[in-house]
Amino acid sequence: MTTIDPTTDAVTAAVDDSADAVPGAFGRLLAAEVDWLTSSDHKKIGRMFLGGGLLGLLATTIVSILINADRAGIVDLDDDLLPQLFDAQLVGLVFGTLLPLAVGLCVAVIPMQLGARALAFPRLAASGFWMWAGGLLFTVIALANNGGGLGGNADAVDLFLGAHALMAIGLTAVGASIAVSVLTTRAPGMTMRRVPFFSMSALVTGLGMVLVMPVLVGTLTYLFVDHRNGREAFGGNVGLYDWALWIFTQPTSFLFAIPALGVLAEGAALLFKQRTPARGIMYAGFALVGVAAFAGVAQQAVFNIAEIDSFGEDAIADIVPSAFFNLLPLLGLTVVLLMSMFLAKPIKGHKPNLTPAMAFGYLGTGMVMVGVLGNALYSVADLDLQGSTVQEGALTYVTYGLVLGALGGMAHWASKLWGRQLATAKVLPLALLGVLATVLASLPHYIAGFDQARDIYEIVIAIGHALMAVTVLGFIGLLAQTVRGDDDAVDDPYDGQTLEWSIPSPAPLNNFVEPPTVMSAEPLADSKPNYGQLPEVDADEKGTI
Amino acid sequence: MQALTAGPAAAPRRQIIAGSVIASMAIVMLTGGMLAVWSEQRTNFVERDGNWLPDGVVIPEVAANVALIAFIAICTFAQWAVWAVRRHDRGHAAFALGTTALVAIMVINAQAFIYSDMGLGIADGAYATMFYAVTGMFMLLMIIGVVFTAVTAFRSIGGRSDNDIVVAHAIYWYTMAAVFTAIWFVVYVTK
Repeated sequence: MTTIDPTTDAVTAAVDDSADAVPGAFGRLLAAEVDWLTSSDHKKIGRMFLGGGLLGLLATTIVSILINADRAGIVDLDDDLLPQLFDAQLVGLVFGTLLPLAVGLCVAVIPMQLGARALAFPRLAASGFWMWAGGLLFTVIALANNGGGLGGNADAVDLFLGAHALMAIGLTAVGASIAVSVLTTRAPGMTMRRVPFFSMSALVTGLGMVLVMPVLVGTLTYLFVDHRNGREAFGGNVGLYDWALWIFTQPTSFLFAIPALGVLAEGAALLFKQRTPARGIMYAGFALVGVAAFAGVAQQAVFNIAEIDSFGEDAIADIVPSAFFNLLPLLGLTVVLLMSMFLAKPIKGHKPNLTPAMAFGYLGTGMVMVGVLGNALYSVADLDLQGSTVQEGALTYVTYGLVLGALGGMAHWASKLWGRQLATAKVLPLALLGVLATVLASLPHYIAGFDQARDIYEIVIAIGHALMAVTVLGFIGLLAQTVRGDDDAVDDPYDGQTLEWSIPSPAPLNNFVEPPTVMSAEPLADSKPNYGQLPEVDADEKGTI
Repeated sequence: MQALTAGPAAAPRRQIIAGSVIASMAIVMLTGGMLAVWSEQRTNFVERDGNWLPDGVVIPEVAANVALIAFIAICTFAQWAVWAVRRHDRGHAAFALGTTALVAIMVINAQAFIYSDMGLGIADGAYATMFYAVTGMFMLLMIIGVVFTAVTAFRSIGGRSDNDIVVAHAIYWYTMAAVFTAIWFVVYVTK
């Protein structure tokens, strides 16, 4: 049985006809055609997620600036408003930014990489998007009406809980669609060992979401029923913090940052146009970070290691979970970074082919790694960081790290998604600005954990969030300017290795007229004579520098 | 644009079966998570108040046991449907799917009987809210299963020749059998 949308052929023909009409530049940017609302085209669903994620990020930066301005005493916000803002920040970082950017990039790109004409269960993915968007809208309405974890309006709290369940169900649907796509829609000859790096990172994320989100739905069901009926089991809406906080923090957030690693791996392989030996090592790196999916099983926000003085027979019981959820993701990130550095090793005679994926992916993955490291330190009781802002800093590092990765991915695949190529030289300053923003918005939280909260830290953090907003606005502006331009993107701007670079830019609705045959992990490189081969050099000069 | 050699038509990868397995994973995590919270709360309440099940409440175990046994029939009938469609025997397939749906509806009825017989209101304390939450979620999954069976039956009776959806349907009911076994043990036996 096929679950790929059978109507796309007819739609393709219609789109091909309408292409002659030359839509306006703004229309091209948003691809604002009438079938957007009901589209099952993966590129449109993915772009809607990406657009929603960027909007969510901008809104979250405003909320974060307000919170930090209040902490610094610059503004004096109403005490009743602050709890809503704290909830809005948490929800905005995880459900408004991290998740939509991660799944949006996966949905938009993986069928093209896999040689598929469409996503598996495309209507399920589309419905997942609308459930997520509706849930986020209801969450905003609930928070605006005194809902949330510390809200006083019972109906708004119910709406808050229900809205989160709706988002979780929608994201489960999208995660399932992503996972089944990678498992079943690969081109003939593309074994699992030949799956492109980004698609493999999407598989890990998709499967992780299928494991994590239903647990959240179950917990929210309890909280909702209890809140509506007596509030004896979970103590009302404050139970949200005891029983569902794990979804808003580490290590669960690591899972949603994995696509940033995939973006890095794609860029690293293209830097010196090398075929990747031992691809399994990179896959293992993604999977090690993916152990964060089991945080849903533990349903715990923090995995403490008790003070060394009090180490007793429970020491192993403390150390093993903490190591599992902190050190294994750290190991995974290290593996991916080392493999990427191995691929990025300069080769004499070859010019580096720096892509946005490499630049943003490298910096984004680095930021995620600092977040994982901070969370590992947070769990050590002897460091006395419990209850400090280190955890908040770690979440910001992870989220903004993924944002950088997603921006890199959008720039990398812009020619396929928007039909225009973003110049690497133009996006590089944004990558550097994004890193500066991430460090400013996160590092003071770490410092405050070892020192104490100071107004200057809060001001620096607010500046960091503002710079991230500037980064995103700059990226959107650059993308809009490029799309409004007349320079059509070439089909293969980076001399790529994977299948998406074999199709026209922008990618047509069904991606491939016929499914291509895949003979290696770098199928497009197979069709290019001398791809990635070293130039002839003297015997004594052979090797790398 | 690079011209890659067009390959043969992709071999069927049993997409609907893969989807069913993934959905089963989600159902197991959903129910497993809810039962884990149930167990944790049960322990907390017993330590704090000394009891978990409200005084005077008796769970009708016979109905729960019958529902558990009924899942043996559901799985058997669902597998019978797989056997039949592999032999292009539409008559047997339709009958097997019909009986699957019938027994599933009987399980839903048994759950409704449990609600009625217990006489426990949803707002009658922590146990009641959690009991209705976990069993209500199970009821929802059962209703989804009946709809799945109906869709499978219509496709099968309508002459669709793909076997995959019938296999996927059987996977769903095997998962539901495992789910109810866990609920039966945690909620109805250990209480």
